[in-house]
Amino acid sequence: MTRTPLRPLARILVARRAGENPDAIERANLVARHEADRDAQRQRAEGRLLVLGVAFLCAFAMVGLRMSALAASDPAEPRSAASGAQIVATRADITDRNGRILATNLSTHALYAQPPHMIDPVKAARQLAKIFPDLSEERLLKQFTGERKFIWIKRRISPEQQQAVFDIGDPGLLFGPREMRLYPNGALAAHVLGGAGFGREGVNSAEVIGVAGIERALDTEMRDPGRGDVPLTLSLDLTIQAAVERVLEGGMRLMNARGAAAVLMDIHTGEIVSLASLPDFDPNDRPRPLTQGDQAESPLFNRAVQGLYELGSTFKIFTIAQGIEERLVSQSTWIDTTGPLRWGTHRIRDFRDHGKALTVEDVIVKSSNIGTARVAMMIGPERQQGFLGSLGLFAPSPVELIEAPGAKPLLPRNWSEIHTMTISYGHGMSASPLHMATAYATLLNGGYKVTPTLLRRETPVIGPQVVSSNTSKQARDMLRKVVSEGTASLADVAGYHVAGKTGTADKPKAQGGYYDEKVIATFASVFPANDPKYVLVVTLDEPIDTTGEKPRRTAGWTAVPVAAEVIRRVAPLLGLAPDTSAGVTLARN
Amino acid sequence: MKSFFFLLTACVVMALAVWAYRQNYETQATLREVDALREDISQLRERAGVLRAEWAFLNRPERLADLADMNFDRLGLLPLRPEHFGQIEQIPFPVEQVQDVMLREEAE
Repeated sequence: MTRTPLRPLARILVARRAGENPDAIERANLVARHEADRDAQRQRAEGRLLVLGVAFLCAFAMVGLRMSALAASDPAEPRSAASGAQIVATRADITDRNGRILATNLSTHALYAQPPHMIDPVKAARQLAKIFPDLSEERLLKQFTGERKFIWIKRRISPEQQQAVFDIGDPGLLFGPREMRLYPNGALAAHVLGGAGFGREGVNSAEVIGVAGIERALDTEMRDPGRGDVPLTLSLDLTIQAAVERVLEGGMRLMNARGAAAVLMDIHTGEIVSLASLPDFDPNDRPRPLTQGDQAESPLFNRAVQGLYELGSTFKIFTIAQGIEERLVSQSTWIDTTGPLRWGTHRIRDFRDHGKALTVEDVIVKSSNIGTARVAMMIGPERQQGFLGSLGLFAPSPVELIEAPGAKPLLPRNWSEIHTMTISYGHGMSASPLHMATAYATLLNGGYKVTPTLLRRETPVIGPQVVSSNTSKQARDMLRKVVSEGTASLADVAGYHVAGKTGTADKPKAQGGYYDEKVIATFASVFPANDPKYVLVVTLDEPIDTTGEKPRRTAGWTAVPVAAEVIRRVAPLLGLAPDTSAGVTLARN
Repeated sequence: MKSFFFLLTACVVMALAVWAYRQNYETQATLREVDALREDISQLRERAGVLRAEWAFLNRPERLADLADMNFDRLGLLPLRPEHFGQIEQIPFPVEQVQDVMLREEAE
């Protein structure tokens, strides 16, 4: 571009000649140049704005198009990229502590009918009744010829049944895929597993939800898709659970008991290795709850967790241990046992007369109610409540079962002195066998609080110390004497130093008072006493041992031999070698 | 010169178009293969699940106990009891071999 000079000589000369100021020409030219510059700049700026505007328009149009495309399209799985964390839509498996399956999923089909598409409803109804004997032909026919357009016929059918229905060849009979819960071990650990059923149901799928036990308690965790393929590992051991159930069932039959429960717990970690309740049921085909009568008679009732029983003399060790812990008595203190002990209109008696006095140790070994009640009076109601509470006997058990929070121990409404006395030997307060096992574990493992759990623990959890390790050891020694010299002599399994306490409590009537001839027999034990590893609580409901001349109901003759057999059977499976110095004859090959 | 560059560019564009076309179809084929493999995997998973369930069913303690009872003559399996634990001292020392070694040493 040729630049026009600010002072063109020709015009200046003309201006000078005319006597005008030539500077005016320069200024006029300068103004003209500035105006031209400004016009050019404005044009450039306008151009840039336009470009920018178009760019923004494109960008927003792109975002808008993408959004509408996303909103209008169907969702699709990312197909090309491998997903990092695996998402599994099925319910997690449940395994025992060694990874053996307790519950898994199986795909089957559900059968439904659409009567408008049916060709020959009469034939279909007849054939279906043949395949499924539990369906009635008339009822099916009524449904097929009625108003309804959609009918569920069977929730779960086997492949053979499916083939048979295919062979009917009616287009109105249709199948929907179903995921079902399978418990391959049948009734084993039924009360722990509980069972599963269908929640919301559609044609193409149905929700599997837990209905009881750990299946319901940990339902959301097991259904979490982010869990992937990781199964839920329980603390139970399949082999040991089977052995415990087998022995317990035999024992229940021999002792003519109505029911039985057993809890085997790791004394240090609180892991429940076995939890059995009889009679039991098959979780694959969970029976319906009783519509009348006592729910406690139903096989669904978990006696080990829900059964709140007065556990009798097994409580005595808590009173005595607290007396020792608070330095009110020592093992050799003499306690007055002359009976009966009167308090108002109440009288406390012993099963048999123990003479004038017993040492604290003998109060446990000979199971004196009067002696224990006297120690409890020294302790007083407040401290007794504090101690029993710290053993976890006042709150529902925190174990991972849906039934557990409902089983709150039954306590007297106002805790007077007479309650202190009766509860000291296990009457007037009810707790479950699981509570008992937890309290025994806490008291006897060196005094550290134990939280019961059904899940395998990778690391030990050490709770706060409740009693000193010295008190704990003394309690173990006294319980060992109960087995070696006292009421539980039948539990002396050679080589395993079993220590424990029997308890026989009269069953309370529903309308108040107690039955004379119906008892709950309990044996709470720990083995080996010198290096405690496991706690075992066995409870029998209304046992009678009829092998002797007179029928015997006390725990020493009923629960103790059953518990002894459980220990004899289970201890080797737990990997505990017997102490050979105690006179076990080992196998010779 | 200008027309040469024009020709070259046209060739490159055509080559790229062919390449993109083939890539497109290859990708689609691969995606179909991935889908088929995923389907296979899920079916195999399901089968593995069924087999695991069957394995657990066949190995349920009740059945194993019954089998052990039925085949007691041949297998002689008993429940593990405390007496079955052995001790290291009970294993007989290989006496004869030691004697052999000693004899050999004497001979040498």
